[in-house]
Amino acid sequence: MLDLSFKERVNEIISRHNNDKKKIISIIQDVQKEYHYLPEEVLVYIADTLDISHAKIYGIATFYENFSLEQKGKNIIKICDGTACHVRDSIPIFKAIYKYLNLSDKKNTSDDMLFTVETVSCLGACGLAPVITINDVVYPKMTPEAVVELLQKYKKEAM
Amino acid sequence: MIRNYDELLSYGDLYKKSLDKQKKKVLVCAGTGCLAGGSLAIYEKIKELVKESGLLVDVDLDKEEEGVGVKKSGCHGFCEAGPLVRIEPYNYLYLHVRLEDCEEIVCRTLKEGKPIERLMYHSNDRIYKTQEEIPFYKKQTRLVLHNCGHIDAENIQEYIGNGGYKAAALALNMTPQEICNLITDSGLRGRGGGGYPAGRKWSQVLAQNNPVKYVVCNGDEGDPGAFMDRSIMEGDPHKVIEGMLISGFATNANKGYIYVRAEYPMAVHRLQLAIEQAKEYGLLGENILGSGFNFNIQIAQGAGAFVCGEGSALTSSIEGERGMPRVKPPRTVEKGLFECPTVLNNVETFANVPIIILKGAEEYKKLGIEKNTGTKVFALTGNVVNTGLIEVPMGTSLGEVIFGIGGGIPNGKKFKAVQIGGPSGGCLIFDENHLNLPLSFDSLEEAGAMIGSGGMVIMDEDTCMVEVARFFMSFTQRESCGKCIPCREGTKRMLDILEEITKGNGTMDDLNLLYEIADTVKNTALCGLGKTAPNPVLSTLQYFYDEYLAHVVDKVCPAKICKELAEITIDPDICKGCSKCAKICPVKAISGKIKEPYHIDKNKCIKCGACIEVCPFKAIKEV
Repeated sequence: MLDLSFKERVNEIISRHNNDKKKIISIIQDVQKEYHYLPEEVLVYIADTLDISHAKIYGIATFYENFSLEQKGKNIIKICDGTACHVRDSIPIFKAIYKYLNLSDKKNTSDDMLFTVETVSCLGACGLAPVITINDVVYPKMTPEAVVELLQKYKKEAM
Repeated sequence: MIRNYDELLSYGDLYKKSLDKQKKKVLVCAGTGCLAGGSLAIYEKIKELVKESGLLVDVDLDKEEEGVGVKKSGCHGFCEAGPLVRIEPYNYLYLHVRLEDCEEIVCRTLKEGKPIERLMYHSNDRIYKTQEEIPFYKKQTRLVLHNCGHIDAENIQEYIGNGGYKAAALALNMTPQEICNLITDSGLRGRGGGGYPAGRKWSQVLAQNNPVKYVVCNGDEGDPGAFMDRSIMEGDPHKVIEGMLISGFATNANKGYIYVRAEYPMAVHRLQLAIEQAKEYGLLGENILGSGFNFNIQIAQGAGAFVCGEGSALTSSIEGERGMPRVKPPRTVEKGLFECPTVLNNVETFANVPIIILKGAEEYKKLGIEKNTGTKVFALTGNVVNTGLIEVPMGTSLGEVIFGIGGGIPNGKKFKAVQIGGPSGGCLIFDENHLNLPLSFDSLEEAGAMIGSGGMVIMDEDTCMVEVARFFMSFTQRESCGKCIPCREGTKRMLDILEEITKGNGTMDDLNLLYEIADTVKNTALCGLGKTAPNPVLSTLQYFYDEYLAHVVDKVCPAKICKELAEITIDPDICKGCSKCAKICPVKAISGKIKEPYHIDKNKCIKCGACIEVCPFKAIKEV
């Protein structure tokens, strides 16, 4: 449960968008930037404030891939599995990350809450395939070995 | 604040003069590719070194001094060789620049004017000193990308100094109908994939009597392997804004939206900056250049749904709904955004507009071929030597693009196929017949593919085409919005079948069923995503039927990609009999005596590959 102080921050975000129902996607985006996910209470609060149904906001939040209803790790890793990365062997990188962080089909956030791993269809950096991003920083021409080294570095920094 | 046409011209002259004072220019590529390679640090370093060495960076207009300009430019296109640094007026292009090289660049090139040959493009013992000589660039016609890599993308003065907004100023002195006619005459077709004539679309919106109309720029470039629009938005954002402004005036629309996908934060940043600058200079807002015309642009960010690249899904998304396509008619030109008539064009289409206004329809038409005029930007990726962003006249042959500009296939491999037009485009095999295939809307459609937005992924002989078809289907299946049954269920069923085939469980009946479903989905799906989703299946079936047969009948994957069709064996000559593999095998398929070669029971093996990883002698291989 979040404490009630979230209301102030959410109100601020909503008024930044002029309390406009049509800006709902931008509002949710900003909320996600704040919390790194969409807490249920916050979604309900936004829906009530803007006078839209809970079903509708849930529909929007689940339709778009960028939105997450689950809490994410501190660092967001995006593995590109677009065509260019795929033909330049992105799958071994994917496997190396999953193995290193002990993740599975059903679990994409590491136990220490340091990393959440997402697969994306294309990051638009195809010239550097295969790529991953960590917190939107692009790491080009990855290999399974290099990616593990990179994660170790992030882990060390977090300690 | 620029108030009219004459003022724009005199400001343009002024900015040009100020730019000309920078006798030498260092353009550090700040496209996403080179940024990832560390180009920002290189930019800072060079700037610092230039300052230290007493050369001037910021030149004051009033003074008679001359200096060196150090800038962050948009994407140069040659992403493979990044980070890139271009030095003018010599036009040297330095590749793979590292921080350690900066000092030499400043000392040798900027101060003494000498080239640094080791940083230049080499091929067959020849050194290519200038950017224009390099085959990758020489064979291109960079019209839309003209400014990309040559001007500072975050500075409106550079854009105006290079003739920017002149087209808008000219257009504001024409009538809307004249502009629509000019665009129609130029033969400009939508660069987003459909190839619908832009002028006709504009005329239809102009003819609508609604008081509110919109201009929407589609920057939701979701195709894997495509980054043309991103590079234009990042490298020359003002050109897109200028194109939209002209479109707004030509259709009596006063409000524009640019829909950019959330995966492109740099594009959003640069566009936002460009919009603010344009407002400040009076090129957006009220009474633009004294014409009485008002136009404003706002950015709408996507949230990760591929289907939002489809017109009606995109407008729904801007309206704050789930991005789902709807049944047409009414079409977007009649009832688009907020139920109002809407011009919806792609980034590259808008970027072509100022060029047409300046050149005139006749001159523009000289580029390209009949009914397919102008140029097209392609993103060249995959198994190709020179990956990057290229621009060629319409009608250039596929062979010229892949081998002439792209430099062919790396590592001595053979070319196999090119996937063109995104995940719902199609795969073309490259044989004698397609070597000369001209790249244009019409010729590609005839060949069973489509130009799409311009992503081109080259595949070499090690690629399994059945797996590729499965890969694309898994993409479209995941991105299907679920509204219409043919797409929702059809893509799922096709994916199931393709998965079974790659696992070796496919039958000949499956292939027939695949044809049948593909045909149904193609003809009955609601939107473009669904209608074109079967294309990769159909085109791989057409050009690589043998490979399907190998998977289905012989149960082998000729490219050795499909793991479950592979066989894992131990090479008895290398195996030392250490028993490590037998211990790790989860199904006890490996047996043998210590210090003698081990053996894998094919019937038990589940091909998990654990033994391959654990073998210290690399004696276990997939064949």
